[in-house]
Amino acid sequence: MPMKRKHKRLTFVMIGVSLVGVAVGLVLFALGDGVSLFHSPTDIVVKKPSPEQRVRLGGLVEEGSVLREEGSAVVQFKVTDLEHSVQVVYKGLLPDLFREGQGIVTTGKVVDGTLVAEEVLAKHDENYMPPEAVEALKQSGQWKPDDGAERMEMAK
Amino acid sequence: MHRFANPTRFLKLAAIIQPWVAGITLGLFAIGLYMAFFTAPPDYQQGESVRIMYVHVPSAWMGMFCYAAMAVASAVALVWKHPLADVAGKATAPVGAAFTFLALATGSLWGKPMWGTWWVWDARLTSMLILLFLYIGYMALQGAFDDRARGARASAILALVGVVNLPIIKFSVDWWNTLHQPASVIKMDGPSIHPDMLWPLLIMAVAFKTYYVWILLVRIRQELTANKVRILRLKQVHGG
Amino acid sequence: MSEFLAMGGYGAFVWPSYGLTAVIMVVLLIASLRGLKTTEAMFERLKAETGPIHDHSNVDNNNKTTAENADAHEA
Repeated sequence: MPMKRKHKRLTFVMIGVSLVGVAVGLVLFALGDGVSLFHSPTDIVVKKPSPEQRVRLGGLVEEGSVLREEGSAVVQFKVTDLEHSVQVVYKGLLPDLFREGQGIVTTGKVVDGTLVAEEVLAKHDENYMPPEAVEALKQSGQWKPDDGAERMEMAK
Repeated sequence: MHRFANPTRFLKLAAIIQPWVAGITLGLFAIGLYMAFFTAPPDYQQGESVRIMYVHVPSAWMGMFCYAAMAVASAVALVWKHPLADVAGKATAPVGAAFTFLALATGSLWGKPMWGTWWVWDARLTSMLILLFLYIGYMALQGAFDDRARGARASAILALVGVVNLPIIKFSVDWWNTLHQPASVIKMDGPSIHPDMLWPLLIMAVAFKTYYVWILLVRIRQELTANKVRILRLKQVHGG
Repeated sequence: MSEFLAMGGYGAFVWPSYGLTAVIMVVLLIASLRGLKTTEAMFERLKAETGPIHDHSNVDNNNKTTAENADAHEA
């Protein structure tokens, strides 16, 4: 009965793939936040990591918070998830996409509530369009500067 | 269906189709590259660096598509023991591996100026690296056994186990926070990419796909001919 | 022209991306086409030696296949 054998093999393959899927799903579920790249400002404010612990913080650069010290490479800014914000100090080169309102991910240690950053990475959003299209949207008043709420979903 | 899956018939058909696929591929690449460099505008945030997208995104899509094709071929080979399925899976693996490698390499070249780093261990990049390892494992298993049939079975099982990685790659940017941005083209509420950029991207994606079909035809023909060579060798040995 | 090559300052990232993609795709294509050619040549040669299974195509040049190629395909 060749048909029967085929069905048996098909059943084996389907059960095997589903079992692997369930197993990996459970592992990933258990790992949970461990798989995530960064913590939100709220996490940092609530959990208060120790100064020895290296943390990754992700969020938006708060509008109007960027301070550059004259004649040095030191930059200060706040990272926010629109609920809480964390002060960041960084010395070094910033990526090209760094600007106010931009999503960033920064690594460092939290000392007295301030994140002393070793690295600042820029996140970009999923929108791609030419500059002229942005101008047109702005003129017609349909431009949403950074869809803050949507992006914050990412930071949570 | 089974009529076309007959290897001898396939060889004849493939030889006829191949030049057409080759022509279409070259034509699509000519149009796609022209659009990518001359008609597509720079991005409002990323400037000219956005042009990397036209090779990065099709590579990543094809890296995943080839894996899905390889897994389907593996399932057909395991369950129905069809002679063409093993050959198709084996022919797909190096192409998929090449695309996955390209997605990682061009992503790195894009990440450095935009994110500020060549690499980060976020869920999207890591799962894509695992995809590359799955391809390498599949190809290694093919050659790891003296008995070709056992090698084919072992690699087919690996391909099926690895399928679980595909949804992880796709949804990694939604399930966890990552440095990689979420999907722009294939998403529920329509693409968030300007048509002037979407069109070159889609044309390049189709060009990558027909390139895969081209290579697939060539490699399947090669594998089937190699099988015939093996049969002739056996005949020589036994015929003395 | 030089402005085009500069890619708004991102030339050092854009051109290697396209270059690498082109090199890998072309190498894979050429390797696949050559593999097919050598295997087909070997098949024709063996067929001529072994005698017909069902011979409908004339055996044309089989001098191209060297022992080296045969070895490469054993592996």
